[in-house]
Amino acid sequence: MAKPTSVVDTSPSVEAHEAPATKPKSQPGALTWADERVGVNKIGRFGLRKVFPDHWSFLLGEIALYSFIILLLTGIFLTIWFKPSMAEIHYDGSYQLMKGMPISEAFASTLEISFDVRGGLLVRQIHHWAALLFVASATVHMLRVFFTGAFRKPREINWLIGVGLLSMSLMAGFTGYSLPDDLLSGTGLRFVDGLIRSIPLIGTWAEFFVFGGEFPGNLIISRLYMAHILLIPGLLLGLISAHLALVVYHKHTQYPGPGRTENNVVGYPLFPVYMAKAGGFFFVVFGFLVLMGGLFQINPVWTYGPYDPAKVTAGSQPDWYMGFVEGALRLIPPFWESHWGGTTWAWAVFVPGVGLMGLLFTSLALWPFIERWLTGDDREHHLLDRPRNAPTRTALGVAGMTAYGLMWLGGSNDIIATRFSLSLNAITIFLRIAVFVGPIIAFIITKRLALALQRQDRERALHGSEDGVIVRDVQGGYSEAHVPVSHDEQFLLTQHLQHRPLEAGGDTDADGLPRKGGVSKLRSRLSRWYLGHEIAKPTAAEIEDAHHHGDHDAPALEDSPKH
Amino acid sequence: MLLILALLVVGLSYSVVSPPRSSAETETTLQIEQGKDIYMTTCSSCHGLGGEGTTQGPGLIGVGAASVDFQMGTGRMPAARLEAQIPARKVNYTQEQIEAVAAYVHSLGAGPAIPEESQYSLDALNLSGDEKARAVARGGALFRANCSACHGIVGGGGAMPEGKYAPNLTDTTPVHIYEAVRTGPQQMPMFSKDVLTDESVSEIIAYLEAADEQPNYGGLTMGDAGPVAEGWWIFIIGIGGLSIVALWIARKGARAR
Repeated sequence: MAKPTSVVDTSPSVEAHEAPATKPKSQPGALTWADERVGVNKIGRFGLRKVFPDHWSFLLGEIALYSFIILLLTGIFLTIWFKPSMAEIHYDGSYQLMKGMPISEAFASTLEISFDVRGGLLVRQIHHWAALLFVASATVHMLRVFFTGAFRKPREINWLIGVGLLSMSLMAGFTGYSLPDDLLSGTGLRFVDGLIRSIPLIGTWAEFFVFGGEFPGNLIISRLYMAHILLIPGLLLGLISAHLALVVYHKHTQYPGPGRTENNVVGYPLFPVYMAKAGGFFFVVFGFLVLMGGLFQINPVWTYGPYDPAKVTAGSQPDWYMGFVEGALRLIPPFWESHWGGTTWAWAVFVPGVGLMGLLFTSLALWPFIERWLTGDDREHHLLDRPRNAPTRTALGVAGMTAYGLMWLGGSNDIIATRFSLSLNAITIFLRIAVFVGPIIAFIITKRLALALQRQDRERALHGSEDGVIVRDVQGGYSEAHVPVSHDEQFLLTQHLQHRPLEAGGDTDADGLPRKGGVSKLRSRLSRWYLGHEIAKPTAAEIEDAHHHGDHDAPALEDSPKH
Repeated sequence: MLLILALLVVGLSYSVVSPPRSSAETETTLQIEQGKDIYMTTCSSCHGLGGEGTTQGPGLIGVGAASVDFQMGTGRMPAARLEAQIPARKVNYTQEQIEAVAAYVHSLGAGPAIPEESQYSLDALNLSGDEKARAVARGGALFRANCSACHGIVGGGGAMPEGKYAPNLTDTTPVHIYEAVRTGPQQMPMFSKDVLTDESVSEIIAYLEAADEQPNYGGLTMGDAGPVAEGWWIFIIGIGGLSIVALWIARKGARAR
């Protein structure tokens, strides 16, 4: 029979008593205070020891992050004076050339910020330069990620977040460009109005929904203001947080090199090295933008004048990130239009405008999945590709950049015509052809270059580098010996994974019945196109063999030229 | 003999009937003759011996003195060669010679005359400071409504089809701007006094001068090509410069020591 549990009336461990006033810990009081309340020690142990690899191209995304912070800071300053209203007033500020003109409150307050608010013009210019830098650095950062294959498993979701961030940053830039209600921003708004109208069937309704009636109406500035200072920055902030959280979760990718594997990260801890580097870099970016805002004029709205739907100025341009859409619209032949029933389908506006942006962002978003389908690669990747080791991807990327760049040029065809004394028509006709031919040429050249670099890598791995000493032998022949490359370099040249093109088949089981998971003929054909031309990296046996070969004839200088 | 006598009678009677020439008229005639000389030497090969025009150049009957003053006064005429658009060049004629040719072309058929200063300057109106500021601002609005579609923001110039262009207006003198408005040289449309009154043209000219005299608020204009120039510099200075800094930051570190 079990004894009943003895229950004591009292014990020091159940006695209510105050916790010790101080914890016996060897850290500053403030840290202890914070730790006891929000647990900073645990966060710090994890966060401050986080290791990041060192490479300049990893800082491109940081430029985007810092310009975003600067945009928030300068934007708050601007909201204090900006009035998002299209109500008409008669200008009575200090800019003489606008004296007495009927202009909107939005434009008047922009002039007030520029001429009457202390430091207003500087902050406005910093804000605009920062906006251009934000989109530019995000774009360049995305190119880095693309060309190094950093979007591969497990980072596909972060790539998608990046695509979302890029599209949001375009929206942020465009809504900001439209706010001052000057002639240029109104023209840009009219451009977007045209894009919205060109959407088949629902276009006109969509326009009336967005503008609250006929263009321009008297609502759009306040609606854009809401989107520009609340909706889009909020979305950006959320997406940026998720973007960074995933970088922490996945750990940063690194370039291949000795000691770097798929299972480690070689670099320095956040504290103190990266804290200092990143913190310092923030101030460098801020400094750059303050210098640009202080020295270079940007968006001089007072010369453009107030918006009036009846006026368009020669040389009207969007900010750079919308230049490719502008260019596509300028290049497309204008008569492409269908009339079905009572509806008009304005293909010449819809395809290069809405269609092109849709194509760009859809293909960016789908690319990680397309590549995985082509290679059949299901591994995790934490080591980056050298662009030459993915020749077709690199070539596709350069072809895409070429198409983008040519359309971008098309967007400034009038500026090119006047600055370089060329015929506007000649530029347009040239670009209409080049926009199709250029990417193909770029693809072929880039792929050849990548393969040539692969071939050179293979040569170097097998035979080393020339030692730079030309020896003339007794017969008068010349030769140059090779020295093997270092182990570190050898590793770099041979570490990468080469995928084999997928073979068709496997779609029927032993009884000839169809089963899942096979490779179709089309997929195998595309896979061969994508992977088929790579130069095989040397195998261990080949390197061994080549070294023995080299040992053998190194002293035999009388041999005719080697490799 | 009878014929000679008859001629003599007719001649004598004509000299009695016809009025004597005034000295002013003589001056004009002399000027026209001087202009005709220059015209025959430098203009007639393209515009025809009587200003009737050829396949190489348009007829000049009725274009008026203002047109000649504009074309020769900006160095566009005589043209060096046929091209998409005749550019402004160095002027090789004195104002006196240009006015002589203008007088000759005017004698072929009347057209817009060379304007008086009061026609293209606001100074003649004796406006108060505030009124003048408003007139200049109105000139800006008129410029944006009528001119900037081709001449660009504040008259910086703009592109047109087939290698043609609307020239930059910053170095064009007020009288030439007025003449261009009234005569419509090359690609430019003509604006009559019903469309733009002399006062309106004066306001536009005053606006262009005021805009040109302004300091570049906000700093260097970096090529003056609007957002195209801005996009160019954000990549060169922003991305380029910061990439160099990034290179330096990534190289520095514990490893470098």
